[in-house]
Amino acid sequence: MSDLIKNIFRLAIFILVQVYVLNKIPHLHRFIIPYLYFVFILWLPFNTPRLSLLFIGFITGLTLDYFKLTPGLHTAACVLIAYIRPFIIGILISKEVTELTFHEPSPRGMGWTQYMIYAFILTLLHHTYLVLLEWLQFGSFLDFLIKVGSTTAVSMLLITTVELMFPRSLKYRTNTA
Amino acid sequence: MLTFLVLQGIALWMFFRFNRFHRTVFLGVANELTGSINSQVDKVDDYFRLREENRRVHRMNDSLLNLLKTNYNFPDTGLQVVVDSLKFDTLKTEYRRYVYRDAKVVYNSVNFENNYLQLSRGANNGVRDNMAVINSDGAIVGVVINVSPNFSQVMGLLHTKSRVPAMMKTSLAAGTIRWDAADPRFLTLDGISKDVEINKGDSVLTSRYSYNYPPGFLIGTIAEVKVDQATGFYLLKVRSATDFTSIQQVFVVENLQREEQLQLNTDTENILNQDRR
Repeated sequence: MSDLIKNIFRLAIFILVQVYVLNKIPHLHRFIIPYLYFVFILWLPFNTPRLSLLFIGFITGLTLDYFKLTPGLHTAACVLIAYIRPFIIGILISKEVTELTFHEPSPRGMGWTQYMIYAFILTLLHHTYLVLLEWLQFGSFLDFLIKVGSTTAVSMLLITTVELMFPRSLKYRTNTA
Repeated sequence: MLTFLVLQGIALWMFFRFNRFHRTVFLGVANELTGSINSQVDKVDDYFRLREENRRVHRMNDSLLNLLKTNYNFPDTGLQVVVDSLKFDTLKTEYRRYVYRDAKVVYNSVNFENNYLQLSRGANNGVRDNMAVINSDGAIVGVVINVSPNFSQVMGLLHTKSRVPAMMKTSLAAGTIRWDAADPRFLTLDGISKDVEINKGDSVLTSRYSYNYPPGFLIGTIAEVKVDQATGFYLLKVRSATDFTSIQQVFVVENLQREEQLQLNTDTENILNQDRR
């Protein structure tokens, strides 16, 4: 399957899972909000041009926003992590890995430690920006800090679970959440 | 870098604009699209909430059955029920104020600070902005904020911007219902001073002074009574009568005199402004 088609399917699955599974889980606590859809941006191939990365981020966020009726909220956060992503990859991973050996970020290709650091930084950025925008409208500063921490923890848990359950064999086929 | 700033700018513009006016680009088209997907998913989702829904509908039927004229016997045989014909004559002495339309909830969430519902009725079925939405057992759900031809978006009570004029059932003291985004089962009631007697379990109804909501519909019952010593007002926690996790069928309520009421309001303000010269 070509990268394009594969990623279109991935986007559809991530959005549907986010909207119809994660957004619909029974209310656990006000600070526990599971987010997973942005992993789509984390999983894009290394060779995606930066400009298209930004536009893909924009479309991903906007799609979710229209489902959740929060136009602009997730869009802004996704564009931010799509912009930061190449810098993080540049710092964390050697050129050899990104250009020759492996196709897209994955724990198998990068090693668990590096992959988790990469995922953690982007998750933290995404959630901080998201919660910051919400906090500007409503809530106290302590709420803001707790919420960033708790949503990031929940997302990291979800990412780890997804990576363990669906290890992507990089060459042959794709497994998504 | 430039593209990044431009896209960020667009996103933030959409975000703040939507927060203020509840309008944004392509919202109508997007609403139709998400609506059609939502209603497909909803077909499956429905089965998990049938029991709750059945119970609510049955309760509503029960309350309506109890209103029937045939339930009442008159002990005095000389007494007859006389229908006042004046009500029905051509002079038209009564005006209809509220119209109810049924609708199906196709999307609903409770996990966020701002929760919206989507209904499977839109402008084609006569749904307009600012119409009230009540549950199948007559408990308040929210207000319509946006419509597309076949679907409409509802701002539920579980929304940080939701404000519903409310009154106590016993004392008729007026206040405002808000949500503090903490727990989807509980709402907050503000603006009632502590000289009014309020007990746990008292009913909170929609106010008679609302343009959108029909009066006397149940919002919830008082769950916790506290007094704010600094202001002398109550801090009331209200257990919501609507179970927001299992809403299925709802009624959209149209106030036929809303325009007239608002018009009167603006006219009055104009008169006051003229006098101030």
